[in-house]
Amino acid sequence: MRFRHGITTLDKIEMQMTPMIDIVFQLNIFFLLSFKIVLPEGDFNIRMPSAAAARTMDISESIPTPLVMMADEDGRLTDMRLGGRSFGNGPDAFLRLHHQILDMVKDAGGPGTATELEIELDCDYDLNYEHVMRAMTAITGYIENGQPHKLIERVKFTPPRK
Amino acid sequence: MRYAKHSMVQAEMDMTPMIDVTFQLIAFFMFVLNFSEVDQDQRINLPLSELARPPDVAYDEPLTIQLTDVEQIIFAGDYLSPDGLKAALLREAQIIATHPDKKIGDVTIIIRADRFAKTGKVQEIIKLCQEAEFDTFALRGQQSDRSTLVEQ
Repeated sequence: MRFRHGITTLDKIEMQMTPMIDIVFQLNIFFLLSFKIVLPEGDFNIRMPSAAAARTMDISESIPTPLVMMADEDGRLTDMRLGGRSFGNGPDAFLRLHHQILDMVKDAGGPGTATELEIELDCDYDLNYEHVMRAMTAITGYIENGQPHKLIERVKFTPPRK
Repeated sequence: MRYAKHSMVQAEMDMTPMIDVTFQLIAFFMFVLNFSEVDQDQRINLPLSELARPPDVAYDEPLTIQLTDVEQIIFAGDYLSPDGLKAALLREAQIIATHPDKKIGDVTIIIRADRFAKTGKVQEIIKLCQEAEFDTFALRGQQSDRSTLVEQ
């Protein structure tokens, strides 16, 4: 039996890659230039209606504990007082404030639970805002074994004073 | 005159690995791309806090007010004076009031203040917001891996 062996010519079809590579490189350059390192941000949530609105909404009848934060003209913390107790402005002032808050909360509602206590931040006008954030950190909670624990969530500010 | 014939060997570069890597780079950059101009504004150097965690659920109606270290107020991309901010907030409140399914209590005012901004200025911004009947605030900080309670 004879087989016919036909000659099959396979034409190699080449895809034109150049335009695709051009576009891909342009995309790459665009993304590289618009790339920025994203740092994680987070919030401290506070509910603070105006005094008149609070009266009509009947939000808080309890008297808040004032946290007085004093500053020099450059915005540096000079003293911090909670309920008549001074914490000074040393490197561990906020840590001592935190321990005081822990004691207050443990007495009030048990460890790690948010209480009905309320803190009112009474800050000097020039105080650098970073000190307020540190005070908020000391007041509102702590992290233990990677788990956040709440202390006092109800924080508000006094009206600004110059 | 006779010329000798030269046989030319055509060398082809293998482009496949390069294209693979390039596509992977594009995929990476697409995932990490952040078009939002309000968040991560480089003009604001946020104060640090280990408790500043991103919110679990996105805010329904966020309004972001930013305060630089030189007391410039930035709202909706514009530099505003305190009076300008008050007018803008009142306008926002009016817009919200016209929507039957929106309440002013659903709006969260995100305050992104620089760590060296004056606290009094932040309080003034809060007061202006209260005058426009906004009452829910989120004080934004930058997440820190270390404790900020003790000065490093």
